[in-house]
Amino acid sequence: MSSANPASLRTTTESRPVRYALTALALAFVVLFLVIPLVSVFWEAFSKGWGLYREALVEPEALSAIRLTLLTALIAVPFNVVFGVAAAWAIARFEFRGKSLLTTLIDLPFSVSPVVAGMMYVLLFGINTPVGAWLDANGFKVIFAVPGIVLATVFVTFPFVARELIPLMQAQGADEEQAALVLGASGWQTFRRVTLPNIKWGLLYGVILTNARAMGEFGAVSVVSGHIRGETNTIPLHVEILYNEYNFVGAFASASILALLALVTLAAKTFVEWRMTRQHAAARTRTAEARAAA
Amino acid sequence: MNLISKRHSVLPGFGLAFGVSLFWLGLIVLLPFAALVYTAGGMSWADFVGTVTAERVVASIRLSFGAAAAASVINAVFGFLLAWVLVRYPFPGRRFVDALVDLPFALPTAVAGIALTTLYAPNGWIGRFLEPLGLKVAFTPLGIVVALVFIGLPFVVRTVQPVLEDMEQELEEAATCLGAGRWQIFRRVLFPAVLPALITGATMAFARATGEFGSVIFIAGNIPLVSEIAPLIIISKLDQYDQAGATAVAVVMLAISFLFLFAINALQWWAARRHGAGR
Amino acid sequence: MSIEIRNIQKRFGEFTALDNVSLTVESGELLALLGPSGCGKTTLLRIIAGLETPDAGQVLFAGKDATHTHVSERQVGFVFQHYALFRHMTVFDNVAFGLTVRPRSVRPGREEVRERVMRLLKLVQLDWLADAYPAQLSGGQRQRIALARSLAVEPKVLLLDEPFGALDAKVRKDLRRWLRSLHNDMHITSVFVTHDQEEALEVSDRVVVMDHGHIEQVGTPDEIYDRPATPFVTQFLGDVNLFHGRVDQGHFTLGDFAQPLAEAPAAGGQAVAFVRPHDLEISRAAEGALAHGVVEHIHAVGPIVRVEVAAESSGKPLEAVLTRERYRELALMLGDRVYVRPTRVSVFPAGDAQDYVI
Repeated sequence: MSSANPASLRTTTESRPVRYALTALALAFVVLFLVIPLVSVFWEAFSKGWGLYREALVEPEALSAIRLTLLTALIAVPFNVVFGVAAAWAIARFEFRGKSLLTTLIDLPFSVSPVVAGMMYVLLFGINTPVGAWLDANGFKVIFAVPGIVLATVFVTFPFVARELIPLMQAQGADEEQAALVLGASGWQTFRRVTLPNIKWGLLYGVILTNARAMGEFGAVSVVSGHIRGETNTIPLHVEILYNEYNFVGAFASASILALLALVTLAAKTFVEWRMTRQHAAARTRTAEARAAA
Repeated sequence: MNLISKRHSVLPGFGLAFGVSLFWLGLIVLLPFAALVYTAGGMSWADFVGTVTAERVVASIRLSFGAAAAASVINAVFGFLLAWVLVRYPFPGRRFVDALVDLPFALPTAVAGIALTTLYAPNGWIGRFLEPLGLKVAFTPLGIVVALVFIGLPFVVRTVQPVLEDMEQELEEAATCLGAGRWQIFRRVLFPAVLPALITGATMAFARATGEFGSVIFIAGNIPLVSEIAPLIIISKLDQYDQAGATAVAVVMLAISFLFLFAINALQWWAARRHGAGR
Repeated sequence: MSIEIRNIQKRFGEFTALDNVSLTVESGELLALLGPSGCGKTTLLRIIAGLETPDAGQVLFAGKDATHTHVSERQVGFVFQHYALFRHMTVFDNVAFGLTVRPRSVRPGREEVRERVMRLLKLVQLDWLADAYPAQLSGGQRQRIALARSLAVEPKVLLLDEPFGALDAKVRKDLRRWLRSLHNDMHITSVFVTHDQEEALEVSDRVVVMDHGHIEQVGTPDEIYDRPATPFVTQFLGDVNLFHGRVDQGHFTLGDFAQPLAEAPAAGGQAVAFVRPHDLEISRAAEGALAHGVVEHIHAVGPIVRVEVAAESSGKPLEAVLTRERYRELALMLGDRVYVRPTRVSVFPAGDAQDYVI
């Protein structure tokens, strides 16, 4: 009964002036730090008109950067899905020694500066390292080439999917999968028809985060890319070059694509969060009903 | 050798899942770390100390961690305020603002960097109001703090918010029945309950800020000894093919970051043990 | 201190939680608010505490209007259903909270706080847990700490919301006897909310039965059980068999059956008789029978035997409770044809009863 009571009617809340003042202060902070920077990106991009904006995006170097960014995301996202599902299956469904170590190692990329991440690949595959020299002798370039960019991107996005799925699958428990096996399903059928439908929203959430970071990564990619125009520039790197050349319209035009991506990401994320709470609430009601019936 | 001994389970697929995980973890994460350790190991102690105690390096590390600390304090205050308002006070557009909080996670850092620089430059939308006050933000350490506040905000809001949401209204009602005023309830009941989450969030924001590069590099101005951050030192050393030097700086940064990671985990463990997961 | 509630009205949006409720709680009594969930009992308790504001009506404490007194100044002790203990404070600090938030001028000294808290912890028999955190306590212990905390401020009134609702059956029984004896020692005016009729009947001095936002009946546990005022109260207090008949000249009649009524409904006409299973006798003789039928189920449960008879007239199952002795005497078997006779009936006009027919 009291839960149906809206927050505004609570007898235990702050006085109206306090509430208004705090809300105003918080909103002012949001406007200053989030809204204005976001708006300014589009404002600057269109400051010299639609024509220049369009021109900035169809020039060959911009198109090449867009292509490379898409390619990178196209490799990094499926990779992270496979890894994330495998890691979550192992960690959330089995007990084994070294499990907490594995969990910690998966999170490791989050605690490393992107620049250090990029640097580690230079140390591993750079032309003056043993591995890099050998690869180079066999005609395969990693650093200052596309493979390095993909590797660095995979590194910085490594934990996203696994981190979303592990707690989700742990919370759901293995009861349903065990029931499926008892009913005669094969392991693969169990995964496809029981596990996957249960984790699909969590998986999608991880994919959205991975994709956003993969397309927008700057620090790590910057170290391994070599900034070769038309070849190893992603959109963020392209933005940097144009900005440093004082081509602000060009820089902000490319940046506006990334800002748009961010808005799409936020919208998709909000939608998936809403779906997940709904699924969660439905599951909770079901358990409550089951308990009441028992 | 039986390092990985699996307890019996009826579910299949452990070998495949575990194998795939370990293989990719090894290739993507462990191998590069090994390269880092290998390179660092190749340095003499004197070289290492010499590199990391050079004036520019010390100044940059101090700047990176100092600016990160300042930003995480600001984020602790405003992040808490924002989480509080989002959870407790209904206002039009609340869901929109709630979604917008994640913008720093979603917006590529380079975009944030050039946007903030343009805004806070002396002729920018915000900079032009600060200039007459004698406040220079862009191309100073202050600008770095601004960028890091942007980057770290969601960490604090998103760790504090669920704790505030889960706080039963009954706690406040109980305190009110016992004669406590609003401020006493905040100070003695609500704030202590949120504090572990607040510290965790601020520490996460701090850890992220110490290594941040994209959003900072544009607004910092990168003046040696004044506004040059540690990751930039690493990049410039790499550009000069001084890989050992870059590694030394990276090792110091990693060591400090891991210290904080360890502190977060210890804090969470302590809070969980003391107040119990169960109600 | 007595509490008087006058014409309280409370709505939540479209939902009427309390509809013109008036009630007096005598000084020093232990009163139960009993009813199904959604009947408004918790809302009434929260209005007495000052946690909700009524839309209309008054709350008087010791004859003085307290309707607009803020909850922190009402000097009520409130024990929440889920205890609402402060998780980051020790048991000691929880109990001391109400004393330490007082303005400096009236705040007791450190020693006095310590003494009073320890006295209360002894009272609830948990002084050995002073340094523990709530998470380390069992449900029953938390309940007692919550009670000690609310008593620390020496409230004039003690309010308890489903005080035993979250406990398991055994602890529940112990704790309610303990609460009763505690009340006997302290004599503080107390009101508690429950949906469990057994709990209300066992613990309280008086019971208020509520439904759909109004009071159905107020009385001692005996009055409520023996002379339920409405069909709702009759059914809410326990299992009951229904017989649809007529009231004529001070008698309830159904077929050949007629029973004189002490307090007959004024008007004659359609009526419903309620008979509790243990007020329904089974016999093999037709004499004085209200209905007859065939024995369908026999459940022997410890000292009693529940017998279900399919009534021939209505086809509905009737339930009777027999002692084991009587059951052996009758030598009942499934399929036996038997007659049932009520020893005690409550009769209400048919219109009143309609809402509650099971």
